[in-house]
Amino acid sequence: MLDYVKLAALGLVALLAAIAANLARDLPYMVHAIIIMLVAAGLFVVTLRRIGEPKPEAPTGYMDDVIRAGVIATALWGVVGFLAGVFIAFQLAFPVLNFEWAQGYMNFGRLRPLHTSAVIFAFGGNALICTSFYIVQRTSAVRLWGGNLAWFVFWGYNLFIVLAATGYVLGGTQGKEYAEPEWYVDLWLTIVWVAYLLVFLGTILTRKEKHIYVANWFLLSFIVTVAMLHVVNNLSLPVSLLGSKSVQLFAGVQDAMTQWWYGHNAVGFFLTAGFLGMMYYFVPKQAERPVFSYKLSIVHFWALIFLYIWAGPHHLHYTALPDWASTLGMVFSVILWMPSWGGMINGLMTLSGAWDKLRTDPIIRMMVISIGFYGMSTFEGPMMSIRAVNSLSHYTDWTIGHVHSGALGWNGMITFGALYFLTPRLWNRERLYSLDMVNWHFWLATIGIVLYAASMWVSGIMEGLMWREVDANGFLVNAFADTVAAKYPMYVVRALGGVLYLSGAIIMCYNLWMTVRGEPAKAPVMAPAE
Amino acid sequence: MSTEKNKDIETTGHSWDGIEEYNNPLPKWWLWTFYLTIVWGLIYTIAYPAWPLIRGATPGLLGFSTREDVAADIAAVNERNAAIMERLADVELASLADDAELQGFARNAGAAVFRSNCVQCHGAGAAGVQASGYPNLLDDDWLWGGTIDDIAFTVTNGIRNEQSPDARYSEMPAFGELLEGDEIKALVAHVRAISGQEYDAALAATGAELFIDNCAACHGDEGKGDQGVGAPNLTDAIWLYGGDEARLAETITYARFGVMPAWSEEYRHGQGLDRAEINAVAAYVHGLGGGQ
Repeated sequence: MLDYVKLAALGLVALLAAIAANLARDLPYMVHAIIIMLVAAGLFVVTLRRIGEPKPEAPTGYMDDVIRAGVIATALWGVVGFLAGVFIAFQLAFPVLNFEWAQGYMNFGRLRPLHTSAVIFAFGGNALICTSFYIVQRTSAVRLWGGNLAWFVFWGYNLFIVLAATGYVLGGTQGKEYAEPEWYVDLWLTIVWVAYLLVFLGTILTRKEKHIYVANWFLLSFIVTVAMLHVVNNLSLPVSLLGSKSVQLFAGVQDAMTQWWYGHNAVGFFLTAGFLGMMYYFVPKQAERPVFSYKLSIVHFWALIFLYIWAGPHHLHYTALPDWASTLGMVFSVILWMPSWGGMINGLMTLSGAWDKLRTDPIIRMMVISIGFYGMSTFEGPMMSIRAVNSLSHYTDWTIGHVHSGALGWNGMITFGALYFLTPRLWNRERLYSLDMVNWHFWLATIGIVLYAASMWVSGIMEGLMWREVDANGFLVNAFADTVAAKYPMYVVRALGGVLYLSGAIIMCYNLWMTVRGEPAKAPVMAPAE
Repeated sequence: MSTEKNKDIETTGHSWDGIEEYNNPLPKWWLWTFYLTIVWGLIYTIAYPAWPLIRGATPGLLGFSTREDVAADIAAVNERNAAIMERLADVELASLADDAELQGFARNAGAAVFRSNCVQCHGAGAAGVQASGYPNLLDDDWLWGGTIDDIAFTVTNGIRNEQSPDARYSEMPAFGELLEGDEIKALVAHVRAISGQEYDAALAATGAELFIDNCAACHGDEGKGDQGVGAPNLTDAIWLYGGDEARLAETITYARFGVMPAWSEEYRHGQGLDRAEINAVAAYVHGLGGGQ
């Protein structure tokens, strides 16, 4: 019976999507309707072929298929996102790469959101979803709740990414940074995210451990808060149900404030809280040491999630935003410094007694440098939120350098560490194909980040100083074009840093691939569910 | 925090997938720094505008306001320059060179005006964009006159725009509608001949006659141009839209219609330049090297 309901629903979706594609008012909407039509029709056929087949027995043990798919998706989206980043970095250094024949599709403006979404949401999001599924099962000692709902989350989320990415290239964007997808893509993500919350929460509620492990607090706070941020910041009215354009519900400075409340907490809850959840599981596992301090984890968790949510206004210093809001954003950002560092202390001190592993285990080294970059960027962030510093740093490349030392250093490196940890265990292999390659990856990525961050600091501070430079009479000294010309060498260095980082990731993919292709371990690598 | 300490510290007794947790106390330096930032935050929010109320927000004890700060900064500069800006607005431009102090100031101020308003087309170095219709302002080849008064007039009213009734205006016909393809080729050859480039002698002879009939009215019999109507000198090596055969043929066939906006605030609804700023930027451009 359920199969017939499913068939009817899929058939209806395919039909409606076909009609929508026919009546579409703009190109991105039409392409998206066709994608949805094809997906629904494909699922219709698959469901139809399976009808009447005997149901396989409900599997037991941990649900790892979906995590394996997540590991593959993370690695692939990572390379796509880094490649897009390298390409747009070269576009900035060499504008001729904004090819005349690709105008309106592959110029910097179209590819830049493609890069940011690919690395944050495709690479980071898939990493968070698959590691959270892994962590919540192991630390709750129970199979994922909801059966195939986890598969819906995985495929639904990746469909969202395909819709978002094609939308950017074709011009379907609402123009809000990190929240570019248009209204129907937002609605779809909301459905997927609620399913994600259900799977995660259901697993926690059916857990066999008495207490909820700290990693799961962070992951749950990430899932809940991102849902809230996403819904509020994307409140909009579609111009037509048959077109991609929509109008934001908030206007002017209210819209700007909502956007940066969202934008800053995308950093706070997606890239910080979520990845701290990852850190709290993989670092003690890889180091085989207890977490440094339970007390610290409680205090810094509550302080972090309480304080982060107020820090958004520091993105709008010296704008139409009232001074009081800007002050509060700055003050909360500075107070946030120590709660952020709580995670760094707990991560690094977990290694006390195991520091020798830094010499022998390149995966631990990767995790440690990741925590190091986390500490650095969570100091730099509060510092840049101070109004006087911000008046120099805002709108300059310093901001770009800051987010990349966080994203490449913290998010990237901890994810690489998790992928190296997961792959042999998920595919039941004795060990990784090559630790030498991990070592190469480590050094390429680290040197890449250093080149990236250092060049952006230099170019950011330089352009900030050039912009504000006035002569004795109070007249402007530099034209904007002068500052662009002066940044050229730094842009080249930055792009080279990106090339190194990308090469490291490609080496990782090869290493993981060869690990999967290798001989299975003689004894199971993973401990069975208790 | 040291390794030794951990030996005395018990774990919490929980174990998740083999992960245990020590019951270490909060690091002292961490906790005190955290307290310190909170205390600083409270003091700061008392000193600066911070806490939202029903109407408005607490103004802070220091009376800090970013808007008032920037207004005060601008007012201070304006006040300091007020006297000399007034002199600059009233100056007879032709005799600006007699007042070294004013001329130096004007060129400085003009450079700033130029960097904010003119570089988008004429380039940060004022060299224009070669063969794209954005004139180089560094040379002494002027379309509409290179005296300081000519330049100020051009800046004030612009060229071929619909903003200023006094905009410099002229219109080259699109000769593709008037002449045959062979005739245009001949004209190209003639223009290349008088500008000292390689050319086809047979074609150029025909072109010379066509030139007298069709082009000389504006560009002059010798092709030396006429600043009265913005007709470029065709005998030098400076080309506004390119001097190769293809570009010349394009220019003759379709004509050109370069537009420059009027910059006077009179024509820009309060967004443009005032008299002193126009005089300043005219002095700057005039002083770049080609001023007459």
